Amino acid sequence: MRRERAYLILRDQSMGEVHSFGVLGLLAAAPALPLDEAGKYVAGAYIVFLALIVIYVAIMATKLQRIERELRELAGFAEQRNGEADREREEVSA
Amino acid sequence: MYGKGLRPLSIATVAALVAALSLVFFYAPLDADQGFIQKIFYLHVPLAITALVGFVVGGVFAIAHLRSGNSKWDAYSYVSIHMSVIFGVAVLVTGSIWAKASWGHWWVWDEPTLVSFLIVFLMYATYYPFRYAIEDRERQGRYASVFAIVAGAFVPLNFMAVRMAQSLVHPRTFGTANGGLPGSMMLTFLVCLLAIGLLWVTLVKFELTAKSASGQVKRLRRALDAPAPGGRSRVAPEVS
Repeated sequence: MRRERAYLILRDQSMGEVHSFGVLGLLAAAPALPLDEAGKYVAGAYIVFLALIVIYVAIMATKLQRIERELRELAGFAEQRNGEADREREEVSA
Repeated sequence: MYGKGLRPLSIATVAALVAALSLVFFYAPLDADQGFIQKIFYLHVPLAITALVGFVVGGVFAIAHLRSGNSKWDAYSYVSIHMSVIFGVAVLVTGSIWAKASWGHWWVWDEPTLVSFLIVFLMYATYYPFRYAIEDRERQGRYASVFAIVAGAFVPLNFMAVRMAQSLVHPRTFGTANGGLPGSMMLTFLVCLLAIGLLWVTLVKFELTAKSASGQVKRLRRALDAPAPGGRSRVAPEVS
């Protein structure tokens, strides 16, 4: 209850002073960001969602890195093969 | 080929997500009944709708695959289902958190919304072993498409079953009876639905691009690996 009251006071104060409070003021001006039991569950739900997205993006980034490595390897091989073919052509013409 | 337009789509998705979260925490009023816990609704319900629509979309792509025989549609179908399964995990976890906060239990077995979604999710969880149990690529794609169509047709039953079940525990949010959602909450919900929908499309496109690039690399490797007459292959074997 004390927390809620403190939050309400902070919110009321910050309504007119959002700019001076900065981020804290903005958070306090939100319709409701209680730090009680409900806040814990809501934060949990949004964090789970964020974590899933981050894990997925990390997996995809690893895959893309592997593709990039393979492409580099193949490009090197193709250049090497072209070089050999050019040399053979030069030898034949000579 | 698939990567075209991925950047503006990603920017639009991030902007929509930021707008959605801002509306949830700075604009939408507190629910008179549930209070702050109701904020989970703006994440959980759009995720559930997007996941279920994604399953149906996967079925539609599977129909296109069976009709045309083009493996591109099979890739679309696979990625749509894959992404919806990931979203399904998020739906189940956020739903459980909401249930614990509201009802005091992580899971309630007599609630049709939860159980029907779990059935749909588990059905799609069998898609992977079913698909990869078949070695022949052609048959794999065809059988997976049949599965996606049958399962996709089952998904609307999920909605209908929940609609028909008269439960007092899980009230109809969009029902016209008892007023439904107030305007500010509805606006916030629609923006959240748009943001989550955009996220689904972006991630599907992202994965299709990665799959396409991987396929191109494999084709290039095969082309370069073709041994010269009298010579032997000098390309390292594929990294699995």
